[in-house]
Amino acid sequence: MKIVVQMTLNGLRIDVDEGMTILEAARFYGMNIPTLCYLEGLSPYGACRLCLVEIGMPGQSKLVTSCTYRVEEGLVVRTDSEWVIKRRKMLIELYLATCPSSKVIQDLASKYHVTTVRFTPWHEDCILCGLCVRMCAEQMQGKAIGFAHRGSNRRVTTPFDKESEVCRLCGGCMYVCPACQSRCQGPQEEQPVCNACLNLQQPCLDYFEDKMCFMDPCVACELDANREVKAKRRP
Amino acid sequence: MPINLIGVEPLYKELNHNTTLSLVRFLLQGGVLMNTGIRSKLAKPVDLKNLREMLKDRLDPKKQRLVVCGDTGCSVCGSRELAPAIEEVLQERGLAGSVELKVTGCLGFCEKGPLVLVFPGAVFYQQVQAEDAAEIVEKTVLRGEIVDRLLYTDPADGRKITCAYDIPFYKLQTRTLLETGWYINPLDIDDYIARGGYAALAKVLDGMPPEAVIAEIKEADLRGRGGAGFPTGLKWEFCRAAAGNEKYILCNADEGDPGAFMDRSLLEGNPHAVLEGIIIAAYAVGAKEGIIYIRIEYPTAVLKIEQAVRQARELGLLGKNILGSGFDFEVIISKGAGAFVCGEETALIRAAEGKVGEPRQKPPFPANAGFRGMPTVINNVETFVNVPLIINRGAAAYHETGTESSGGTKIFCLVGKINNSGLVEVPFGTTLRQIIFGIGGGIKNGKRFKAVQTGGPSGGCLPEEMLDLKVDFKDLAQAGSIMGSGGMIVMDEDTCVVDLARYFLQFLKSESCGKCFSCRVGIQRMLEIYDRLTTGSASIEDLDLLEELAVTVKDTSMCGLGQTSANPVLSTLRYFRDEYLAHVRDKRCPAGVCRSLFRYSIDQDSCIGCGSCAEQCHAGAIVEMEEGCYSINPELCTRCGACVEACVSDAITKG
Ligand SMILES: Cc1cc2nc3c(=O)[nH]c(=O)nc-3n(C[C@H](O)[C@H](O)[C@H](O)COP(=O)(O)O)c2cc1C
Ligand code: SF4
Ligand code: SF4
Ligand code: SF4
Ligand code: FES
Repeated sequence: MKIVVQMTLNGLRIDVDEGMTILEAARFYGMNIPTLCYLEGLSPYGACRLCLVEIGMPGQSKLVTSCTYRVEEGLVVRTDSEWVIKRRKMLIELYLATCPSSKVIQDLASKYHVTTVRFTPWHEDCILCGLCVRMCAEQMQGKAIGFAHRGSNRRVTTPFDKESEVCRLCGGCMYVCPACQSRCQGPQEEQPVCNACLNLQQPCLDYFEDKMCFMDPCVACELDANREVKAKRRP
Repeated sequence: MPINLIGVEPLYKELNHNTTLSLVRFLLQGGVLMNTGIRSKLAKPVDLKNLREMLKDRLDPKKQRLVVCGDTGCSVCGSRELAPAIEEVLQERGLAGSVELKVTGCLGFCEKGPLVLVFPGAVFYQQVQAEDAAEIVEKTVLRGEIVDRLLYTDPADGRKITCAYDIPFYKLQTRTLLETGWYINPLDIDDYIARGGYAALAKVLDGMPPEAVIAEIKEADLRGRGGAGFPTGLKWEFCRAAAGNEKYILCNADEGDPGAFMDRSLLEGNPHAVLEGIIIAAYAVGAKEGIIYIRIEYPTAVLKIEQAVRQARELGLLGKNILGSGFDFEVIISKGAGAFVCGEETALIRAAEGKVGEPRQKPPFPANAGFRGMPTVINNVETFVNVPLIINRGAAAYHETGTESSGGTKIFCLVGKINNSGLVEVPFGTTLRQIIFGIGGGIKNGKRFKAVQTGGPSGGCLPEEMLDLKVDFKDLAQAGSIMGSGGMIVMDEDTCVVDLARYFLQFLKSESCGKCFSCRVGIQRMLEIYDRLTTGSASIEDLDLLEELAVTVKDTSMCGLGQTSANPVLSTLRYFRDEYLAHVRDKRCPAGVCRSLFRYSIDQDSCIGCGSCAEQCHAGAIVEMEEGCYSINPELCTRCGACVEACVSDAITKG
């Protein structure tokens, strides 16, 4: 028998099955949370940190990654609070600077209205999200690739950097990679930030601690490029 | 003194490390009594009591005893040769039977090593070399006279101090955990038992229900000494209550903070106390198996804890039906290849399981799902050493020291630009000023105090204004630092805090496991900003960016490493903003450390034209412009400072 727990998601009381992650629960209820290292069918990994949400009551709240955090009775979750958005935007800026050629990342930047990059672009072709490693091991039963080294030297490779004997060249790893899809040719293709799709960004003028709108991407409002995110708390 | 090789042989087999080999030889040559042969197991608590009774003469306060520090610091300074020399003198004079020679773990005052203590009277001799052996035996042991030149001189009043307990460095401390180390040979379980060792275990097994043990630990307000300061009693309670019939105890001996050696000293000086704490914890939570996870870079500590486990097993203090109580417990030792991140509990569990040492998201906490997915208590070495103490003394008496929220004492490694570096133990609530200026004796060479970093590489730097801060988990966190495991690095006016923060980030950059994007990339991006700061190419916006980046890394990383990596950055930005501004606005490094931001030049008025600077310059940057007139080419100069040392008339200035 399924056990149901009650929790609060962006101010709504919801019932979810025990064992679900916050991300699964939020998606089930139509709230989108951005992810880079999560894919249905692969085990959650918690490396990209983009899916972070705020849990707990204000004052004692903290940020956790929703893809790895399991729901609990009475849990209070905000998927788009001011704190979350601020940190998420900084992460996106870091992603842009790491991998400006990825379409997935450029789209995220437009969606979150990240319009400047204050770091020197690195032009890496991997963000170490680990999707390929898990795809290979969990779906393709290959276990041909894995991580080597730690810290700034960490990378994805085959054992001892030797050509793999178990890789079947199925291409699963490339299929899931968010970094190696090349970006579309926007008007500013040379820039670290493209922003050609800025209208994907949530256009609401008002900012709420709890997310109010279920349309994602929003098509109802017009683009206002100069708008700043305004903090406005509900009474 | 009889040397019995049973129990020693296995030690030899595992040796591949040169220093370990010589150390063991040195311990042997020091006449250390190893095991006394095959021993019969202690079947009941009363057997332990009887054994202690038999060993009573070891406690005789009148017995003449020479204690030589055998820890790393003193060994490299010469105690390795000193102990055999004393042994030889004792043999020559026919004193080998009546005077006991003990080679112990760290005696604490590393600054003055090699150290020798002569009992009775705890006569303290510092910087003793092998040549001094005969004189010490001759005068102090045989005639009760003092060797004046080996005594410690109080720098405050020039007074010579005879007794160790009168030396301010020791007098101002509360040495409860470290004290025992002065009296026991860490390789000999009998020494530990004679001093009341395993009495706490016997007390617990002889009619104290596990719940009562946990209640006692809770009442003592024992908080984890590994860093986070989580209440230990609560942790045990969670683990005991967790579902699962297989439970584990893990001892975290991975100590990876640069400059910290508290856990190593405890393991080397008093390994049985660690073991006793572990066994009691196992009884309290209902674990059958324990793992001591220790870094292989600590060969002596590994050796000693292995010996301790072997001896305890021999006496039946480990294994089946311990002291006839029906409680079974075994310990294995797992050696890790020293990675800072493996000290994090979830990474440590994975490493102990033989997997890659990477942290994972909590919850579930180890108390519910730890080693092999089973409920696990993981505690720090020092935390375990506190356990027998609490059981023996009772929680109330134990809690008389410390603050309301943290009972007991804490060991710190006081290092850096401090007069008395070494291992110090103080009650929680002692101020930084008492530790640094009282016990530590202030800053080296009469320089000014600038900052102290507490808690290892990811701790914060606290300035002079914070010196009256009470050392406590809560107060340190409020001030923007952490307790960490107890590292304390003192810096003087010649330290550049910008350079310092950069140094720690560099450490963390290579020690992060690299899984979280925020931690891996965030630290590297912060370092890029530091590169600009230390070369004078940073802008004022860079400081805001640095701060924003630091809080992002702090808020969004998974484990404690990433979450605290911002501390050196944020605390220096908070307390030393002026110094950052000097680097940004004036392109100047006030402490004269950042090489791109100062120049050496020769003051022509003071220069006597000797040319010794030019001789020393490895870069060929100093040229004689005309007869007797030297000048430095800033393009070629690498700012090594060799010319400053070479100049006989102090003519070379920094600016
Ligand atoms: C990066 C990192 C390194 C750590 N290193 C150590 C260590 O070397 N020794 C230790 O006892 N605890 C270390 N810890 C703390 C452990 O995660 C854990 O909190 C501790 O072992 C729990 O024991 P305690 O409750 O007795 O303190 C570290 C934590 C982090 C985040
Ligand atoms: S192509 Fe090779 S490495 Fe990639 S998923 Fe397939 S088997 Fe694994
Ligand atoms: S190669 Fe692609 S999928 Fe694999 S870790 Fe890197 S970014 Fe992720
Ligand atoms: S915070 Fe850093 S060290 Fe910790 S899990 Fe993430 S990447 Fe690894
Ligand atoms: S999706 Fe959760 S951390 Fe990447």
